[in-house]
Amino acid sequence: MAEKLEKIEQVIDEKLTAAEMYARRPRKWWLYTLIVLILAVVISWSGSSLSYTGMTSTGTQVAKGVVNGITHPDMQLLFGTGDTDVPYLLLQTIAIAVLGTLFGAILAIPFAFLASTNILPKPIAYLFRVVILLIRTIPSLVWALMWIRVTGPGAACGVITQSVCSIGMISKMYITAIEDLDTRILESLDAMGCTPFQKIRYGVIPQLTASFISTTIYRFDINLKDATTLGIVGAGGIGASLVQCLNSRRWAMVGSFVWGLMVLVLIIEFASTRVRKKLARGE
Amino acid sequence: MDNENNSLVKLTWFDRIFKPQVITLENGHSTIRRRSRAPLILALLVLAVVLSLRMTGFHLSVIANNFSKLVDLLVKIFHPKWSFFSKVTGPLVDTVKMSVLGTVIGCVIGLPVAVLASTNICKNRVVVSVLRFILAMIRTLPTLVIALVCALVFGLGTFAGTLAISVFTFGIVAKMLYESIETIDMGPFEAMEAMGANKFQAFWSACVPQILPVYLSHSLYCFEMNVRASAILGYVGAGGLGITINERIGWRDYEGLGMVLLALFVVVVAIEFFSEYLRGKLS
Repeated sequence: MAEKLEKIEQVIDEKLTAAEMYARRPRKWWLYTLIVLILAVVISWSGSSLSYTGMTSTGTQVAKGVVNGITHPDMQLLFGTGDTDVPYLLLQTIAIAVLGTLFGAILAIPFAFLASTNILPKPIAYLFRVVILLIRTIPSLVWALMWIRVTGPGAACGVITQSVCSIGMISKMYITAIEDLDTRILESLDAMGCTPFQKIRYGVIPQLTASFISTTIYRFDINLKDATTLGIVGAGGIGASLVQCLNSRRWAMVGSFVWGLMVLVLIIEFASTRVRKKLARGE
Repeated sequence: MDNENNSLVKLTWFDRIFKPQVITLENGHSTIRRRSRAPLILALLVLAVVLSLRMTGFHLSVIANNFSKLVDLLVKIFHPKWSFFSKVTGPLVDTVKMSVLGTVIGCVIGLPVAVLASTNICKNRVVVSVLRFILAMIRTLPTLVIALVCALVFGLGTFAGTLAISVFTFGIVAKMLYESIETIDMGPFEAMEAMGANKFQAFWSACVPQILPVYLSHSLYCFEMNVRASAILGYVGAGGLGITINERIGWRDYEGLGMVLLALFVVVVAIEFFSEYLRGKLS
């Protein structure tokens, strides 16, 4: 570092003209060539096993069907009020995401505190981090397939799956918030003679709530998208019907499901971004 | 006088119903304190939870009754069948290859679209809003549904998976990138234009160096996500590890499943560490 500073001082002392400075500009062409080379090798390696077998015999038909279905959705299904219609299934999907996120957010709190290095000694904290990582790596679909053996198919399976899956990501974000805690506030509360309970109430909770709530809302956003696919394995929500329609090639129904999904996800994403922006500004 | 003070605090419809508290200070000035929104939000949350519980039919007793089944299952998963390893490597490499190629394709297409979708570079409002709308639409579609459609059109196998990942990556990278592009410093760009550079030259030397590290960082982040996402694409027939996972669960071979998940865990963690290291270097 000191050497670098000396060099910079030397350059300043020399009083170079712009043209001379330009001639001395740092050149990293070897780095760029290396990156391009590595990329080329990686792409050719990953492309090697890719076999393009052309479209299937029904491929064009499927593509046409999807486009046709999206432009001509089944209106009765889209606005019906029955148990198999789009609004009910969307509500069920939301319900799964609400419960899953809420339980996940609550379950994540102990995990997050146990895995924070400023609260527990490092070995224990790292042990819990591995557990969190383990939860996060297992795909949600696999979790759903395991839980389905316990709860049987249905929306309840979706709720439990999402509660467990959410722990991974939520506690990861919580940990960052906990490790960023300003300890000086706790020290000053200590100096004022506050009890441990008061220290938590006035020193810890106000620092954490905004970021915890923000994380939870963000996860709700993700869980909602996730809940739409959980139905594929039978865990409730809109996914099951969507995939059934796709497989039996009822394109008009596919169209109405896709429209319902798009509108829902867009609304939730918009709302969640707005609320999180407000939280970040501290309102 | 009162009005002057009140205008400092923004009032919403909430404050019209629950009148804010007026506090008169010692010097005769008065100020207002808005009523807390916490009780209202809490009430809405409780309502949402109760409705969700009804809708999903979730009962804790289901878990309590069948908990032993889950324990059995987890015990088997944590005793992976090592002999199964040789059958895991093939699909695992396929999964990584799928996500590498999919990420690269998605990111390459995403860059120009993101540039055209950022308001500070593309002044044409119509182009910006159309592109953003398309990106939002793509992001609402679940990856599994895209993969399923691709598998129906292009046949089962890694090609469909790669395509699905490209589409999904394109949507996310382009969105993250145009948000970052909008925060770059446009000063150098204007300075270069003022010195007589044309738009492209100015963009190339003033904006690209600012965008490039962010772009690479976003791409790496997407790659991390894609490895995890592509592991389940096989469930709908789009190649990779998902087929193996589905097969093991179908045969109730949980020791085999444990081996698959362990291999996936190791690869995901390795890739995450590598990518986090690179992203740390980039910022």
